[in-house]
Amino acid sequence: MDSVIELWNALPLVVQILLKIVVIMVPLMLMVAYYTYFERKIIGHMQVRMGPNRVGFFGFRMLGLGQPIADAVKLMFKEIVIPSGANKLLFVIAPMLSIGPALAAWAVFPFNAELALTNINAGLLYILALTSLGVYGVIIAGWASNSKYALLGAMRSAAQIVAYEIAMGFALVGVLVAAGSLNLQEIVLAQQGSPLHWFWLPLLPLFVIYFISGVAETNRAPFDVAEGESEIVAGFHVEYSGMTFAVFFLAEYANMILISALSALMFLGGWLSPFQGAGIESWFSWVPGFFWLLLKTFVFMFLFLWFRATFPRYRYDQIMRLGWKVFIPITIVWIVVVGLMKVNHVPWWFN
Amino acid sequence: MNKIVSYVRSLFLFELLKGLGLTGRYMFTRPFTLEYPEEKAPVSPRFRGLHAQRRYPNGEERCIACKLCEAVCPALAITIEAAPREDGERRTTRYDIDLFKCIFCGFCEESCPVDAIVETRVYEYHFEERGEQIMTKDKLLAMGEKYEEQLAADRAAQAAVR
Repeated sequence: MDSVIELWNALPLVVQILLKIVVIMVPLMLMVAYYTYFERKIIGHMQVRMGPNRVGFFGFRMLGLGQPIADAVKLMFKEIVIPSGANKLLFVIAPMLSIGPALAAWAVFPFNAELALTNINAGLLYILALTSLGVYGVIIAGWASNSKYALLGAMRSAAQIVAYEIAMGFALVGVLVAAGSLNLQEIVLAQQGSPLHWFWLPLLPLFVIYFISGVAETNRAPFDVAEGESEIVAGFHVEYSGMTFAVFFLAEYANMILISALSALMFLGGWLSPFQGAGIESWFSWVPGFFWLLLKTFVFMFLFLWFRATFPRYRYDQIMRLGWKVFIPITIVWIVVVGLMKVNHVPWWFN
Repeated sequence: MNKIVSYVRSLFLFELLKGLGLTGRYMFTRPFTLEYPEEKAPVSPRFRGLHAQRRYPNGEERCIACKLCEAVCPALAITIEAAPREDGERRTTRYDIDLFKCIFCGFCEESCPVDAIVETRVYEYHFEERGEQIMTKDKLLAMGEKYEEQLAADRAAQAAVR
C-alpha cells in the first residue's frame, strides 16, 4: 500500500491529474452508454414493449446488454458527412463545444466528503457557468450546418435555454443562501442531520424548478423543441452523422447525468446517508457515501426517462410562458422566503 | 373560484403527476411484444397467405381453366393460358400469379368453383432474384402438395360459412 502511494506521489502532477480524469471519465462514459440502454428498456416497458433484448455477448442474448456497445461501434465506423454548404471548422468544433462543458463540470463535483478532482470555493458558480456554455455547441452546430431545420432547432434551443437558465440560476441562489457557501462540499455538509434536513424540504419549489429547468436545459422531452423530431427532423444535429453525432449524443446524456447528480447533491444531501438521524444510522455506516450519491442520482436519472415516456412535447409558446411567467416569479418569491427563514434561524434547518 | 382551483391544480402539477402515475403503473405490466422468430401469433384458418393449387385425392388437378379467378382479380395478377390435354380434358398450360401485383384479397379463392386456387397460411417467404416473384403452375402445385393436409383441414373448418 505504501509503495503504491509512493509511486503515486512520484508521478508528475500532470500525469496525476490525467489519471484522476480517467478515473472519473471512464465510469461516466460507461454510465452514459448504459443510460441509453436503460432509457430504451424503461420507456419500452412503460409503453408495454420490451426494448432492446437481442444483442448480447458471446452468443448469449443477456437481455440485450450488448446493445450500447454495438451502437457505439457502429457509430464509430460510420462516415462523417460534412455538408458542402457547411462551415467546416465550426461544424466540427460544435460537438466538442457541446461535450466539453458537460464533462468539465465534473471537475468540481464532490463524490464524498474528501473525494473530488478539485475542491474550489466557487464550485457552484463554475458549474452554472459550464452548464450554460453547452448551449453554444447547439447554436454553432445549428448555424454551421447551413440547414434550415438545424438553424430552427438552434434558435429554439437558444431562446429556451436563456429562459430556463435564469430560473435555474435563481434556484441555485436559493441553495447558496440556504447553505451559505458556493463550495459544493460545504453545501452538502450544510444539509447534515436527517433526510428532513436536506434542502429539498425548505427549498421544495426551487428543487422542483431546478430539476424541471434541468430537463429543459438538456433539451429533453417534454422540452425537446430543439430536436422536435416530428417538426424539424432532428433539429440542430440533422446534418451530423457518425462520431460527430455520437458526441452530441454523449453530451446530452452526460448532461442529464450531471443535472441528476447536481440535484442529488444540492437538494437530497449528496453522499449523506438517508438513515442519518433515524437511530439506525450505525447499521449502514459500512455503506460508502458514494453509494448513496449514486442511488440518489439514479432516482433523478430515472425521472428523466419517466418524463420522456409520459409527456408530449411542449408547444414553443408554452415553454416560454412556463419559463418566464411561472418559474422566474416563483423562484424570486422563494428566494425571499429562504432569506427570511435564514435570517430568522427557522428551526430546524437554519438554526 | 373554478379559475383559482384550476390555477392551483396546474401549479401543483396535478395532471402531470396523474400522467406519471399512469406510465409508472404500465411499467410493471407484461409487455405485449411477441418475440417473432421464436414466438408466432396464432393464424386463422381464413388466413390469406401464399397461394397454392390443389389436387383431387386421386391426383387429378382441380383447376379446369375457367378463368374466373383471372377475371375477378382486382390487381390483374393472374395470367392463364389454357388448351385441351392429350385426353381431351381442358386444363391450363400456364397459370402465373405475380406476387408483386397480388394484393392477397382472396377473391381468386372465393371465385373458384372447384376450390383449386387457395391461399395457404404461409407468410414467410422472400425473393432473391427477379422472376422469382412469379408463382408458376409448378410452384403452385408444389405448394398445394406440401400443405394439402392443412388446406383441407382449413376448408373443412370453414365449410359452414363458405
